[in-house]
Amino acid sequence: MLMPRIHTPAELEEFRKQILSQRDDLRPCITLCSGSACHATGSEKVAAAIVEELENHGLTGQVEVRRTGCHGFCEQGPIVVIYPEGICYLKVKPEDVCEIVSHTFKEKKLVERLLYVDPTTGERTAHEHDIPFYKNQQRLVLGLNRKINPQSLEDYLAVGGYQALVKALFNMTPDEVIGEVKDAKLRGRGGAGFPSGMKWEFARKAQSDQKYVIVNCDEGDPGAYMDRSLMEGNPYTVLEGLMIGAYAIGASEGYIYVRQEYPLAVENLGVALQKCEEYGLLGKNILGSGFDFTVKVHRGAGAFICGEETSLLQSLEGKPGEPKPRPPFPANKGLWGKPTNINNVETWANIPLIINQGAKFYSSVGTEGSKGTKIFSLVGKVNNTGLVEVPMGIPLRDIIYKIGGGVPNGKKFKAVQTGGPSGGCIPEENLDIKVDFDELMSIGAMMGSGGMIVMDEDTCLVDIARYFLEFLSDESCGKCVPCREGIRQMLKVMTAITKGQGKEGDIELLENMAMATQNAALCALGKTAPNPVLSTLKYFRHEYEAHIKEKRCPALSCKELIAFHIDPDKCKGCGSCLRKCPATAIEGGKKTIHVIDQEKCTKCGTCIDACPKNFAAISKLSGVPVPAPIPAEARGL
Amino acid sequence: MSEIVLTIDGKEVKAQEGMTIVDAAKTVGISIPTLCHHEKLEPYGACRICTVEAESRGRKQMVAACLYPVEQDLVVQTRTEKVAQIRKVLVEQMMAHAPDSPQLLELAKEYGADRNRFEKDPSFCILCGLCVRYCKEVKQKNAIGYLDRGPRREISFIPDVAARECWDCKECFELCPTSALQAAYVLTGAISAPPEEEAAGCACSSDCGGSCSG
Amino acid sequence: MCMDIARIDQIIDNHNAEESSLIQILLDIQTQHHWLPKQALDRVSERLDVPMSRIQHITTFYKAFSQVPKGRHEVHVCMGTACHVRGAQRVLDAISDVTGIKAGETDADLKFSLETVNCLGCCALGPVMVVDGEYHGNVAPAQMADLLKNYE
Repeated sequence: MLMPRIHTPAELEEFRKQILSQRDDLRPCITLCSGSACHATGSEKVAAAIVEELENHGLTGQVEVRRTGCHGFCEQGPIVVIYPEGICYLKVKPEDVCEIVSHTFKEKKLVERLLYVDPTTGERTAHEHDIPFYKNQQRLVLGLNRKINPQSLEDYLAVGGYQALVKALFNMTPDEVIGEVKDAKLRGRGGAGFPSGMKWEFARKAQSDQKYVIVNCDEGDPGAYMDRSLMEGNPYTVLEGLMIGAYAIGASEGYIYVRQEYPLAVENLGVALQKCEEYGLLGKNILGSGFDFTVKVHRGAGAFICGEETSLLQSLEGKPGEPKPRPPFPANKGLWGKPTNINNVETWANIPLIINQGAKFYSSVGTEGSKGTKIFSLVGKVNNTGLVEVPMGIPLRDIIYKIGGGVPNGKKFKAVQTGGPSGGCIPEENLDIKVDFDELMSIGAMMGSGGMIVMDEDTCLVDIARYFLEFLSDESCGKCVPCREGIRQMLKVMTAITKGQGKEGDIELLENMAMATQNAALCALGKTAPNPVLSTLKYFRHEYEAHIKEKRCPALSCKELIAFHIDPDKCKGCGSCLRKCPATAIEGGKKTIHVIDQEKCTKCGTCIDACPKNFAAISKLSGVPVPAPIPAEARGL
Repeated sequence: MSEIVLTIDGKEVKAQEGMTIVDAAKTVGISIPTLCHHEKLEPYGACRICTVEAESRGRKQMVAACLYPVEQDLVVQTRTEKVAQIRKVLVEQMMAHAPDSPQLLELAKEYGADRNRFEKDPSFCILCGLCVRYCKEVKQKNAIGYLDRGPRREISFIPDVAARECWDCKECFELCPTSALQAAYVLTGAISAPPEEEAAGCACSSDCGGSCSG
Repeated sequence: MCMDIARIDQIIDNHNAEESSLIQILLDIQTQHHWLPKQALDRVSERLDVPMSRIQHITTFYKAFSQVPKGRHEVHVCMGTACHVRGAQRVLDAISDVTGIKAGETDADLKFSLETVNCLGCCALGPVMVVDGEYHGNVAPAQMADLLKNYE
């Protein structure tokens, strides 16, 4: 195919027609998801096997192979989908490929064992859209990921790419674009949920010869990865959104701030930028509109705080990521003192949709205060982990049970943590809330960037609060006292509590310090740092009290407060635990009841995993004395 | 420059655009405590001891008075119960590092802070950054800087620069709110090791003795 | 272990010796050399006309940078929330047992460097670890000895 520089919207449409004319929806095509998560599950090797196997069967050229972005159902990856039928195979291994090619392509038969199996009914499902995980989602933003190769501009154009840009540049004034985003009531997806249209308007109204637009892809919230998935899987949509924003605000330069921990995102983005430049979709006089725009990539060097706007700007200027006080806001004084608009990846990815479909359509999805869809990363102790895009206002319970398939291994649900280190833990009694910005806030949690970590009865909520403080202590920039010292001291108290060294008055001390940090810290990281402690204190105070007063961890999770014990009535002397114990803390022999030496035990838990399920002789104890080991002479079986 | 009228502790104050709450308060004799503030330096807002309550357009929030610009009709309270409680905790947290700092002892007396509330970790430094910023902004020598982040943040001289610049200057010493001990100590350590004899294990260019974790 | 000044100059020139590219330049040096020797930092300071105090703060502030030589194999263990609730700490402990080093350390033979990461974004597969850029998902403490013995 030619690589023409595209000068006008007509030429773009001509090029699109040319691409589409060479595509045939009925032609066999095999797609394989190739996000970072699938790299971890071996998608590279599967890809190589597909190419090899097609060649073996003389099908090269007849069957199109497409490496797509992340499909979101990462627990079940790598995912292979075969078109035109749309047959979906899960957890595909290189050794499965031979069967897929010979059965599905040659004989048009299904490989049953690779289909989705409903865990409750045992029923198999052949098509992606029938799997409950997908069926209950509304994938307005994430949906394109599975259709395109993220490095292919042609693929993006084939699904209607850059139509929104053309519409904005040629049929709308900048004020009309901002009006549309305002009418759509889009709120920022990065955390605070500030109305994006209003933010754009501030930057548009600021007087300056130079303005900047920035994509914030410093996705640092632990447990959230929708921005990685979008940037890896569909960088062109993010770029299109950014260009529309630049036009609306009056910016001629853009930056994309992406974590260096996301190498595939950096790579795919680099390819996308290069292609756009080659085709004239970036640069001078884009599509003959008179609009000039260039984009640079800045790799973040590993600092959570750089997700905060003012820190991100410091980092872009080549400085340590220390937040600056606001006011002045970046819309007036941002990068190098010029008006700057920063939005998160998911926010930008919503823009082409709003321009294409219109504010009326967009605002028909969601709740009064929160419009459109939101992508959540549903992870932790839940059956179907992955990325979930749902309309705002969906009940939290539906996300966890209908889409997520509930808690695995018959365990009991305890809480779901949303909003990352600034968020909170939501208990069972609040599961029926409708998920949007305001509802989550009203129960002491937060939308944040969309992390949703499910916790079961084995998760200690005191430990989770301690975990977040440890995270924040590592990630605080250290500039202001209430954040640096407040988090440090709160972490000390929390660590003591989880070690059984908690004292009467610790909870009040925590509350007092939390008040100071919340009110006096310089930036959002500090101001919200006490949230995990406060929200767990609100709903799980009894767990704190058990740790402090009874030296007991109700979840049997805190190492210093638990002991492992082999029930002499259940032990069959099989030796499984004894062989696996890395600390050689288990005494026993053939046909002899095993005993754990509590002095040597490192509480790693290997023995519980090793004990055959039908014996289940090993248990964890907390808050009660460990029964004395039975005398050596009584151990024979 | 347009004139702005605001209220501080019930007093009407006339201020100029661009002034901070601390500046405006000073004009009517209201003193707000500060530790990291210095008139020759850019406002910094690290110690937060100047936290006050500010109400603007119906929204009440805690702000750092050394940074917050005056606004028309802003209502500032510098001495509420909550402000006092916040300052008390901050003083106590700083005293874990510098229990004998005269300025902190004075503040402790005023806010009823307990200097032993938190376990001692005497680094002597509360990271107000006066030395770092003075060296950079006023002297333009950059002989001292920060290291690391979060609770591991510290100040450190750059040996090459310090050996050249510091002996005849030492103006930062008297700025230190926790006595000049820490600065002097770090400085001596830095200069006693000429650049070519530096510990090979650590390239952080400081006198960390190779313990810098990077 | 000295880095060729010409190579550093090349990296600096790739970014037009722009002061605003300081972090990008340091990242490139870190990627190519696996740590930041003082000589390299001095060169960057000189060419970009940036005071050493700022370089020193940056190289200790951001986690990607190392001031000491790294092992031949870099092991990163994700400590994100999803990995944490699925037992990342136990995986980290097991790696420490196998390698004899704690997070942030490099062993005496320069074989392994062990680092924790605050989220790799592979949350659906927790616990996750990366060895020399290769991702491993759903790992268990008991697998660590086998997984790491293949590295020389």
